[in-house]
Amino acid sequence: MNRKIWLIIFLILAGIYACKKEPFGAEFFAGFQKPSNFPEPAYHFSTNTVTKNGFELGRKLFYDPILSADNTISCGSCHIQTSAFTHHGHTVSHGIFDQLGTRNAPPIMNMAWNTSFMWDGGIVDLDLQSVAPITNHVEMGETMDNVLNKLRNSQEYPALFRKAYGSEEINTSNFLKSISQFTLMCISSNSKYDSVMRQQDGKTFTLEEEQGRELVTEKCGTCHTEPLFTDFSFRNNGIGIGLFNDEGRYLITNNNDDKFKFKVPSLRNLAYTAPYMHDGRFFTLETVLDHYASGVHDEPTLDPILRQNATLGIPLTTDEKTKIISFLNTLNDKSFLLDKRLSEQ
Amino acid sequence: MLIARILRLLFNNKNRLRPYMKKVIFSTLAVTFLLLSCKKNKEYNSSVLADLTVEFDQVAGSSDLDLNTGSYTNAMGQSFNVTKVKYFVSNFILTNTDGTVYTVPQDECYFLIDESDLSSHMPLLKVPEGEYKTLSFMIGVDSLRNTMDVSQRTGVLDVSGAAADMYWTWNSGYIFLKLEGTSPDVSAPGNIFKYHVGGFGGYSSPTTNNLRTVMLDLTSGGTAKVKSGKSTNIYLTVDILKILNGTTNITLGTPTAEVHSPVAGEPLANNYASMISHDHTEN
Repeated sequence: MNRKIWLIIFLILAGIYACKKEPFGAEFFAGFQKPSNFPEPAYHFSTNTVTKNGFELGRKLFYDPILSADNTISCGSCHIQTSAFTHHGHTVSHGIFDQLGTRNAPPIMNMAWNTSFMWDGGIVDLDLQSVAPITNHVEMGETMDNVLNKLRNSQEYPALFRKAYGSEEINTSNFLKSISQFTLMCISSNSKYDSVMRQQDGKTFTLEEEQGRELVTEKCGTCHTEPLFTDFSFRNNGIGIGLFNDEGRYLITNNNDDKFKFKVPSLRNLAYTAPYMHDGRFFTLETVLDHYASGVHDEPTLDPILRQNATLGIPLTTDEKTKIISFLNTLNDKSFLLDKRLSEQ
Repeated sequence: MLIARILRLLFNNKNRLRPYMKKVIFSTLAVTFLLLSCKKNKEYNSSVLADLTVEFDQVAGSSDLDLNTGSYTNAMGQSFNVTKVKYFVSNFILTNTDGTVYTVPQDECYFLIDESDLSSHMPLLKVPEGEYKTLSFMIGVDSLRNTMDVSQRTGVLDVSGAAADMYWTWNSGYIFLKLEGTSPDVSAPGNIFKYHVGGFGGYSSPTTNNLRTVMLDLTSGGTAKVKSGKSTNIYLTVDILKILNGTTNITLGTPTAEVHSPVAGEPLANNYASMISHDHTEN
């Protein structure tokens, strides 16, 4: 009897002790979790485990304009959660001193599955992604060195870095990895489509959505492959050379075959991410479908899929367009826009 | 046994050796003895790491390089001055006179030479004691390090620090070499030209590789005799004119005064591959 009591007391004490020994921020935080209908992520979690404190630090950094030269622009300025982390309504974004860029801000979602970043795929490691907008003179126009110094001299950040990494040292690596931790957690996987795929809550497609899905698979599926609705490849979809004469992937590879190719964007959350294309030239989904049906320009690097049987583009009837848009609407994930964990606190 | 026999031959009056043979044998012995004693003084312990510096002295042809003030002429007859010369050197490998090869460890083999910062001109290497006859290194940052985790990019490779000025954020990768200056023949604003050369071969699609390996034979200019407690310096001259003159003679400002892509930088890389030569070694 006595023994049992002592054993129980010991177990309780051990439990309390074990709780205390938990790694930074492990309590009540599930970390990165792969949705069951998603493939294995591409990100290197082995060198950057997502922790509660690391994620929260990353979130604070993401929403902090201290990262820009004049302390006016944060990452969140052009990646707004209510627009699935895009700059809704802006063809291209404006940075410090209202300077304009040349490309449409892409959504920050499902970053862990991306094999490259930016419209031209010039960045291959998510950890090095944020250096580009921070130092771009028309975006945040700051130097990395100065950002780190501002953080070191701030009232709050040294303590937050200690919470996340066990030391107040603020360096390139832990700064960039925190931002990665936040963006890695921007997972959009709760659209109607996902529920149907996971057979959740008895959700099913309507007949029109089902027919739309078949059309998307048949006519769009080579590039916009399920379940992420992109194959992460670079293609010229025949929209014609834009205002900025942006040569896309060519700027990275210097290979003439890559001229005017851009990364295939995901079809998720389209309802919130207009305008479309790398320069935001199309304002509605109908315009995008009209482009594929009848507006494709022939160019030397045009994707061969859009030049089959001597016809340009993808033949689409009005009825088919309606069905496709009906299916695309099942890819909208409202919960992603409302997820408080991802909002500015 | 052999030595005893030689000695007997030498000092036995009754031997049949002619006097000149005696002399030959005697001097051979003396030289051997001297050599042996020499070797004893210079005995290297290859398990001890000692200091070796490699000095990169920037010159322009036959004159020393003066940033901003010096005026130079390229092979195309254009006069110019130089406002910036910076380049990465990495992956040092040395060959001992006994044939063994020593590769400087990865974490200690990256250096950024900046003409405007004298303290950067003499990278310090830790190498096993020994006499070295060749030195090789890379101009640039190898593809492996170029794709490594951000936590492995410290020191001169820190993109918030020394490498901030030597890194393409939009096309992830280090800039291997920067040559900037002005020339009356450049029509761009301020007559400025900026040649930034990088490109490690691409991550997923093959692109231009502007990494160049420099292989130097030290025997004629002097081998490096590295031993702890003394300093050894391999003195190299870096002729910045050779960045512009070589396989392709670069015309400043034509077709462009700005080079920022791997493919446009390739002719410069082919040139700078031979800009470095061994002048002498200070033992």
